[in-house]
Amino acid sequence: MAALLEVEGVNVVYEPNRGQRIWSVRDVDLSLKQGEFVGLVGESGCGKSTLGFALTRMLRPPGRLENGAIRFDGVDISTLTGEKLRRMRRNGFAIVLQSGMNALNPVRSVEHHFGDILRAHAQDGENYSRAAIKRRGAELLGKVGLDAAVLSRFPHELSGGMRQRVSIALVLALEPKLIVFDEPTTALDVIVQKAVMQTIKDLQRENGFTAILISHDLGIVLEATDRVLVMYAGRVVEDQPSDDLVRGPHHPYTEALLKCYADPRADEIHLEGIPGVPPDLSLPQGGCSYAPRCPLAIDVCRKVDPPLAPLGQGLAACHVRAPAAGVAKT
Amino acid sequence: MRQVESDMPAATDQAAKVAPLVVKDVSKVYKARGAAGKFTAVDDVSFTIAPGAAVSLVGASGSGKSTIAKMITGSERPTSGSIRFGEVAVEGLHAGGLRKYHSRVQMVFQDPYAALNPLHTVEYTVMRPCLNLLGMSGAKARERVHELLEIVGLTPAKQYAGKLPHQLSGGQRQRVVIARALACDPELIVADEPVSMLDVSLRAGILKLLAELRSKRGLSLLYITHDLLGARVISDEILVLNQGKVVERGATKQVLQHPKHEYTVQLLDAVATPFVADGTNPGG
Repeated sequence: MAALLEVEGVNVVYEPNRGQRIWSVRDVDLSLKQGEFVGLVGESGCGKSTLGFALTRMLRPPGRLENGAIRFDGVDISTLTGEKLRRMRRNGFAIVLQSGMNALNPVRSVEHHFGDILRAHAQDGENYSRAAIKRRGAELLGKVGLDAAVLSRFPHELSGGMRQRVSIALVLALEPKLIVFDEPTTALDVIVQKAVMQTIKDLQRENGFTAILISHDLGIVLEATDRVLVMYAGRVVEDQPSDDLVRGPHHPYTEALLKCYADPRADEIHLEGIPGVPPDLSLPQGGCSYAPRCPLAIDVCRKVDPPLAPLGQGLAACHVRAPAAGVAKT
Repeated sequence: MRQVESDMPAATDQAAKVAPLVVKDVSKVYKARGAAGKFTAVDDVSFTIAPGAAVSLVGASGSGKSTIAKMITGSERPTSGSIRFGEVAVEGLHAGGLRKYHSRVQMVFQDPYAALNPLHTVEYTVMRPCLNLLGMSGAKARERVHELLEIVGLTPAKQYAGKLPHQLSGGQRQRVVIARALACDPELIVADEPVSMLDVSLRAGILKLLAELRSKRGLSLLYITHDLLGARVISDEILVLNQGKVVERGATKQVLQHPKHEYTVQLLDAVATPFVADGTNPGG
């Protein structure tokens, strides 16, 4: 199967003040097959949302794509602008925002939102009448498990879970090939979260779009996705099929993330957090960024940043677990 | 004015001072404006928090758990029923009494990004209860702030005292919120979803801190959450709320291992864990 999305050497820099450069995403390569469901996991500030924004060309100053290529369906979208970029978005790629539930316009009905998106991206010869928008809107709401009556409602009349479903329905309106879900359930309570995640999984299976799920919650990601990328300090440090990752995490960071979970029904519970804080990304990173928090760190970890090297069914960036050729072991 | 020792009081001394909280037949009915009628947010709830005990209230959004927290801290009044903290009838408190009460019962809020004034330094924020509720002098209060920051793990305190909230991570902000709650040496802390806004990697740290404060300082804890794992880690007793009613209660481990009510089972099923269905532990 051909890759739908191919990313090479993407770096994103934020320049909030003159002279200050924050390397939020560093040297990310990735390749997504058609129909794949991939998770992107890491702590706050690890660059996962920034990467999601970069991939959908949503970055705004002070953030910018420093270098790297993003090939979507064979076209490098990293340098596209204006009308060309807009045309690529049509049936191309879309993002469901973290604050998607607050992204709706409070003084416009749900129907208005559908009209807005359908008319803005209408192609030549397409003409959306009010009736057509109602029809399409009702159909899309049906897909996310909402009643057509929601069309006439305003955002404040809907619960958080319903609003998030509306944002998902809006994204589906243009039938994108790639959807990035940026923390779609973070502000929802567990029961609603589970229901929304189930809807996302079902939609992905039925419609076959490629999906990236961005979340700090490894539990949610592992339940939904085929493959997981773990990010730390702007880099991808582990890339494994979800099933393998649960059974055998490669990177010590992934291992630590897994230890933050336990089954509340277990007889004995040992919860461990991850001590320490992620590094300051405005400073140059000497060696592996995780080394200061890593129990396995050896000398070389503090000197050389480990490359992402093949390990098992996936990839890992770790001198100890996945020693790459050409990097001295000590 | 209650005496505040500069060092942490021994658990036993403190436990002796802590009053039990008795919530009895409490209901809260909100009346809608116009013809719409009434909404019962809390329906005939009773429970007790013994001195030094930790109780969890769990339930989904809208189950009434935060309304209970507001009634216990005195910011809402029950429609019927009574709340006793030792000898104090909480539902009847007004200005002065409420102020005194707040030096004994403190709250930790869900959103550490919203609970701190972005314009004030950590020191200023944590100092306020020392000045306002304990009537300390500025110098003494400042000293106390540094002790409190050390207690909640913001060490060295000097480094954090002058910082503004935006210079701290979410976990560090929540520690500041906890330090502020501890400032007047409360007997009961009501923690309303204290970790739900934090990264999973930071949650364990905050939960450990709360558990440690409880065991070392002997204070009682009411932990409000939809996160059953947190409830399991921190509390001995659990109450499951659904639509304002307690549907199941008991020892936390017992209830979670052998849930009787359908709603508890539903909550348990909704917990996202990376653990595979057969119970294999990925770590071991």
